[in-house]
Amino acid sequence: MIDKCVSIEMALQHVRDGDSVMLGGFGVPGTPFTLIGGLLARGTSGLTLIKNEANEDGMGASRLVEAGRVRKLICSHLGLNATVIGMMNRNEIEVEFFPQGILAEKIRTGGAGLQGFLTDIGVDTILAKEKRRIEIDGRKVIVEPAMRADVALVHAHMADRFGNLVYRESARNFNPLMATAADTVIAEVENLADTGELDPENIHTPGAFVDYVVVIEEITPEYGILKHHAL
Amino acid sequence: MPYKEKIAKRAAREILAGQVINLGIGIPTLIPGYLPSDKPVLIHSENGILGMGPRCEPGKEDRNLIDAGGNYVSVTRGASFFDSALSFALVRGGRLDVAFLGTLEVSETGDLANWIIPGKFSPGVGGGMELAQKARRLIVTTAHTDRNGRPKILRECTLPLTAKGCVDTIITELAVLDVTPEGLVLREIADGVDVDEVIQKTGAPLAIPQHEFPRF
Repeated sequence: MIDKCVSIEMALQHVRDGDSVMLGGFGVPGTPFTLIGGLLARGTSGLTLIKNEANEDGMGASRLVEAGRVRKLICSHLGLNATVIGMMNRNEIEVEFFPQGILAEKIRTGGAGLQGFLTDIGVDTILAKEKRRIEIDGRKVIVEPAMRADVALVHAHMADRFGNLVYRESARNFNPLMATAADTVIAEVENLADTGELDPENIHTPGAFVDYVVVIEEITPEYGILKHHAL
Repeated sequence: MPYKEKIAKRAAREILAGQVINLGIGIPTLIPGYLPSDKPVLIHSENGILGMGPRCEPGKEDRNLIDAGGNYVSVTRGASFFDSALSFALVRGGRLDVAFLGTLEVSETGDLANWIIPGKFSPGVGGGMELAQKARRLIVTTAHTDRNGRPKILRECTLPLTAKGCVDTIITELAVLDVTPEGLVLREIADGVDVDEVIQKTGAPLAIPQHEFPRF
């Protein structure tokens, strides 16, 4: 029986200084906080992070940025993180923005073994200035290259030992896309089932995409409710 | 009623039963409070929800279920969850009936500028560009003027655009305006407001139909 379960230390040996690293998550849900904490502890640096946003100040991806471990951040917005915006404005970190669905589609096509796609999103805006543009059927479109990374760190609600993954609610977001788009894919999971226990009809990411499974020992407070977002 | 609530209440009346809608940050998030229960709609959230419900009561939050602004939400009957690529396939593919967005500026030809003030405010566009460009109908909900009393509705936007010619309707605390091929047309005015005030606070020519205006 194939068993991809490893310790967090074993898994994170595959993340090297200077790597490009995709991080799942949209806000707290789906962010691999345990793996991020592991990277911080190991001292891995010079990273290019690819994530929807940088989490909020002092949390998750932001901790890596704040600790100076990130050379470049690729994301869709930083609206809830004044610390990283400040670092960006002081040129302490390079930030590249893409529209959210374009970032998702770049990752999707990267994972699908495609080289890129064509889109009219942003074609009339300053975003298009540095892009390659072509005409197709008489309309101007942007050529958007696909995106892959050295490593993807994702968070799932449930896995089996083969690495089949199931996400939960809005914690799915970028996770299944990133799980297809990196040379090494490490999934941290809240629950582990024996292979064969999960319903094949309800698998979100087939285990073939996943290299290592790390079972989270404790759902720490960073996965919990953020009081300032509650009523 | 605070002006933001007034705008949200009027904006809710633009929604038809059964529509798929998306609500941007700010005033649009107040709209669900004014949707009658006999008008079921499906609220789309960029982070992968169709059928988003009201914010959770204190103590009822689910750590895995937030809206695109991070608030804890519920789901309604018929809801579904999906990944971020599918979420924007829904938007770009023409399945989003109406999007409501706030703005910094909007032009008489429906250009929208709401994501960047160069040198001052550049947090990234998020999903705004795709919502603006691809929603089948885009309704802007905004204060009629900025904090300094200057018009936000202009002949041309001065800030970098989010999308060109994308706005269909503008709803402010003073009026409802439609963007038409002939320019901006006044459709309704708020209680206690006269037409001259709307004209004076709008930075673009306004077509004024010669009839009594409905009030809101």
